[in-house]
Amino acid sequence: MTGFLSALPGAASQGLIWGVMAIGVYITYKILDIADLTVDGSFCTGGAVFVMLFSSGVNVWLAMLAALLAGMLAGLVTGLLHTVCGIPAILAGILTQLGLYSVNMAIMDMKASVALPITQADTLDKLLVSLRFVQGPKAGYPAWRHPIVVVGLFTAVLIAILYWYFGTELGASLRATGSNPNMARAQGIDTDLAKVLGLILSNGMVALSGALLCQYNGANDINVGRGAIVIGLAAVIIGEVLFSKVFINFALKLLAVSIGAIIYYVVITAVLKLGNLNANYLKLLTALVVAVFLTIPYWKGKYFSKPVNPAKKEEGSHA
Amino acid sequence: MLDVQNIRKTFNPGTVNEKAALRGVSLTLNDGDFVTVIGGNGAGKSTLLNAVAGVWPVDSGTISIGGVDVTRLPEHKRAKYIGRVFQDPMMGTAATMQIEENMALAARRGQARTLRPGITRDERDHYREMLKILDLGLEDRLTSKVGLLSGGQRQALTLLMAALRKPDLLLLDEHTAALDPKTAAKVLDATERIVQKDHLTTLMITHNMKDAIVHGNRLIMMYEGRIALDISGEDKKKLTVEDLLARFGQATGSDEADDKLLLG
Ligand SMILES: Nc1ncnc2c1ncn2[C@@H]1O[C@H](COP(=O)(O)OP(=O)(O)OP(=O)(O)O)[C@@H](O)[C@H]1O
Ligand SMILES: [Mg+2]
Repeated sequence: MTGFLSALPGAASQGLIWGVMAIGVYITYKILDIADLTVDGSFCTGGAVFVMLFSSGVNVWLAMLAALLAGMLAGLVTGLLHTVCGIPAILAGILTQLGLYSVNMAIMDMKASVALPITQADTLDKLLVSLRFVQGPKAGYPAWRHPIVVVGLFTAVLIAILYWYFGTELGASLRATGSNPNMARAQGIDTDLAKVLGLILSNGMVALSGALLCQYNGANDINVGRGAIVIGLAAVIIGEVLFSKVFINFALKLLAVSIGAIIYYVVITAVLKLGNLNANYLKLLTALVVAVFLTIPYWKGKYFSKPVNPAKKEEGSHA
Repeated sequence: MLDVQNIRKTFNPGTVNEKAALRGVSLTLNDGDFVTVIGGNGAGKSTLLNAVAGVWPVDSGTISIGGVDVTRLPEHKRAKYIGRVFQDPMMGTAATMQIEENMALAARRGQARTLRPGITRDERDHYREMLKILDLGLEDRLTSKVGLLSGGQRQALTLLMAALRKPDLLLLDEHTAALDPKTAAKVLDATERIVQKDHLTTLMITHNMKDAIVHGNRLIMMYEGRIALDISGEDKKKLTVEDLLARFGQATGSDEADDKLLLG
C-alpha cells in the first residue's frame, strides 16, 4: 500500500503527460470520427526529435517546437494518404505508423534508445519536466517544478488554445465535417481539407506529449509509442463515461480527457503495485480495460434500450 | 440562371449493376423560375439534382449556374451558388452541433473559413428573428443540439439554412416526403414563403402531383433518365392531375404513369 501511495504523484504526472496525447486522440476520434493509428508512431517521433535536438544543445522550447512540427508533418502524411490517395483512414494511419518506425530510428541515429544528458545538473535544470522533480523540495527541487504543476499548466494552456480554435470558423468546419460530411460539403466546407487539418493538429499534440514523456523519463525509446492509441482511447472513454453528464462545455470535455488519462495511470499503477504484477502485463490490461469500456455503451443500447432520440452522440458546445 | 446541357450519368459502368440514370438531360431555368419535378421511382430525379450539386462528376455534358461553368467544380465549391434540402431529415444538419452553430455554418456558405469567430452576438439575434418565421418555437432553443429536434423541425431548419445566404439556385429533393402530412404541409408552406420572398430560382422534386401542380411556374416530368414533359406558363396554371397523366402517357407511350406516380 505504501508502495502504491508513494507511486501516486509519479502516476498522476505520467497520466497528465499522456493526457496531452489523449486530447490529440480526442480530436480525431471524437471530433472527426476517424480512428487514427499514426499516433503510435508520431508519439515516438516527438520524443526522438526532442532528445536529439536537446542533447545537441538546442533550447528546450525550440526542441519542443520542432517535436510539434515533426508530429504535424506525420499527421499531414496520413491526411494526404487518406484524402488525396483515397486510402481508408485506418490503413493510412497504419502505413504512416509503419514508415515512422524507420524514420524514428533514423532520427535517433539508428539507436533503439537515446538518453538525455541529465547527469549534469545544469542540463537537468533546463528540462520542463523530469521524474526527479516529483520528489520535490526534500530532494532539493522547488515545488513549482513538480510535473503535476508544470504539465497541468501546459495542459490548461493547450485546452484554452483548442477551445478558441474550435470556436472559430475553421474549427467549426472541422466539427461539422466529423458530425455530418454531407451537410458540411453542402455548406461549402472542404471536408478533405478539414480532415487533413484535424490530423495535423492531433499528431502535433501527440508529438508534444512524446517530447514531454521523453523529458520525464530522461530518455526516448523506439517502442515508447507502442499502444499509445489504445491509451488515448482509454483516456477519452474513461473521461466520457465519468464526466459526460456534468461536463457539457467543450473545454471541460477536453479536461475530462486529461483527467481520464490520470485515472487510467493511477488505476494501472494500483494494479501493478498492489497486485504485484509484472509490468509486461500492462498492455494486456490496457486492451482489456478499453474493450470493456467500449462494450458497455454498445450493450446498453442493444439489450437495455429505452426509447432514445435520434441524436447519435453529444458533442462539445461552444456557447 | 441554371443551364444544363445534355448531361449523362451511368452508375457502375461495365458491371452487372450498370445503370444509365441520366440519358441526355438539357434544362434551362430563368431567373426566379420555380420548377417542380415529378417522375416514378428511379426516373433520375435525384440523380439530376445531385449532378447539379456536384455530388459526383457527370460523364458528359455541361452545367452552368448564373453564367459560371461549374461542370468541373467539386461539391463544396458549387455550394457557393446552391442551397439544398435533402429527402432525409438527418442529412442536412449537423446533429451534434447547436441550432445556432448550424445556422452560422450555413451563413458562411461559399466563403473562406478563417480564424474569425464561428458565430457572433449579432448573428444570434438575427437567427432568432429568422427562426420565428418557421413558427416552430425554435427561436427559444438556439443552443439546443439539432439532434434533439424532430424530423420536421430539422427539415424546416435545413430549409431556412439553405436560404440564409441567398442561393442562386435552391434544390429541394422530396424534402417533405419523410414528414407526417401536417408537418409536411407546414414545411411546404414555409418553402413557398421563402422562395417567394427572395425570388429564388428553385428545383423541387415531389411525389405529390397536386403539390407539383399547385406550386411553381413550371413542371417537368422525368422518365427513364430523360425529361418527358415540360409544362409552363398558362398551360401549367390550368393543369389537372388527369391532364398530367394523359400527357405523360402520350409523351412516353406508356400507361405505367398511373401506378408509378400515384403511389407517391
Ligand atoms: N449513387 C448511385 N449509385 C448507383 N446507382 C444509383 C446511384 N444513385 C442513383 N442510382 C440509380 O439511378 C437510378 C435513378 O435514381 P434516382 O435516385 O435519380 O431516382 P429518383 O427519380 O430520384 O427516384 P425516387 O423517386 O425513388 O427518389 C436508379 O435506378 C438508382 O438505383
Ligand atoms: Mg429520389
